[in-house]
Amino acid sequence: MEKIVTRMGDGSRIEMSAAEIQQELEAGAVDAAERAGVPPLTDDEIKYLLDLYRCKDRVVGVEQGKECCLTYDNMTSKIERAHIPVSKIQQLLLFERALGADTLELTHIDYSFKQCKHVVQYEKPNMEQAVLQTIAPIFYGSMPNLGLYSVPDGPVVNPADLLPMGKIDEAQQAYEQMAEYAIKDMVYVGSELYEKAGADGINFDTTAASGDAEFYAALKAVEILHDKYPAMGIEMGMSGEFILGMHAEIEYDGVRLAGLYPHDQLKLAQKAGVTIFGPAINIATNESLPWNLARSIVFTKACSEASEIPVHANLGMGVGGVPLTLTPPLDALSRASKAHVELCRLDGL
Amino acid sequence: MGVGDPLGMHAAHAVISGMGGIRTAGDLVARLQLNRGMRIEAAKNYVADKLGVSAADLADTVLMNEIREDLDIGRVNETPAVAKGIDAKFRIAELLDLEINCVNMFKDRVGISSYKSFN
Repeated sequence: MEKIVTRMGDGSRIEMSAAEIQQELEAGAVDAAERAGVPPLTDDEIKYLLDLYRCKDRVVGVEQGKECCLTYDNMTSKIERAHIPVSKIQQLLLFERALGADTLELTHIDYSFKQCKHVVQYEKPNMEQAVLQTIAPIFYGSMPNLGLYSVPDGPVVNPADLLPMGKIDEAQQAYEQMAEYAIKDMVYVGSELYEKAGADGINFDTTAASGDAEFYAALKAVEILHDKYPAMGIEMGMSGEFILGMHAEIEYDGVRLAGLYPHDQLKLAQKAGVTIFGPAINIATNESLPWNLARSIVFTKACSEASEIPVHANLGMGVGGVPLTLTPPLDALSRASKAHVELCRLDGL
Repeated sequence: MGVGDPLGMHAAHAVISGMGGIRTAGDLVARLQLNRGMRIEAAKNYVADKLGVSAADLADTVLMNEIREDLDIGRVNETPAVAKGIDAKFRIAELLDLEINCVNMFKDRVGISSYKSFN
């Protein structure tokens, strides 16, 4: 019987038969479709994915003409994380001139707007110099990271301390207060880097990692920035496929945020003024990659089909069918990359 | 896209799916996505129209290298006395009929009210 080498969601190698892979693909697709209330994959799409796994090539790529634009998160920490001692501007030049980057992103190593606020006077000269030396469009990026606004890292009572005591109203008020602090920081940092340093856009990355109140804060910050600077590029990358209901009742534009899946997250982001949206579909490490990839494609395809703005799916470590491992295997990464771009008609990654 | 493995993640995606950045017209198409919210087909058609090529040509490194050299909008292998960095972006803003934030700020800083008035 034909044995196909694939991997689990944690990257470990496994062997499966073609029939087993097909079952995994169908099960992953149905899981996403049922959760989000969107169509599963068609027979042709399942066959496309099965053929992708049957292909013995180590690396696959998109068809010519289907190339898309790449955006990044925390770009100027990536080379630093590999312990190569070069400056942030040098990293941008490496990405532009050596790594084929379509866009660039200047960031602070502590990738949160709250932390960036403290060093914004040092980030602006970096951006000013970067825009003089580079050609590709450049973002300033960071995470909303609402968790930093509660005790012990911030000024607000920690909702996680209030909830076990049954103080639901107090916990919700704490989330709302944290959101107000976060909105101020995001608008401040975004304004400084755009208006005074020349960034082409602002990237809100890993949005809603702290749940619905964080999503609300990011949407409000986008709305304010878009009103202030209508030409500003704004990318919003998400942290997961499902908005966690940590507050549970908070709304944006009359829509309850808890429980939204990517195709609905997108609609609010679009309305707020986002110009590039990045759905993120988390990997289940104890499931196979075929299961994970099919599942991710169902969520992402529904999002892309509902969108009027470019969709750049998150295909980093542990999202979008890419295994949760520090050294992503090319066989897995290339299949995830090609399949998402081609089946979801993506504008970018 | 994440992790601190530039070959395994960033270089790989660029080879597998990316347009190629300034090796091709990737940076130009990205500008339309970023600042005008245009989807990929529309952005590619817009740039292709401005460059006088087909959308399929935009990711061709050989052709685009020649076009970028002719238009002087910046290339990977820059030679002396050609546009690079902000100079290239001045030209890109004109070419794509697009406002580029840092170009406008540069004009303000040096007192140029309209780049076109220099032509």
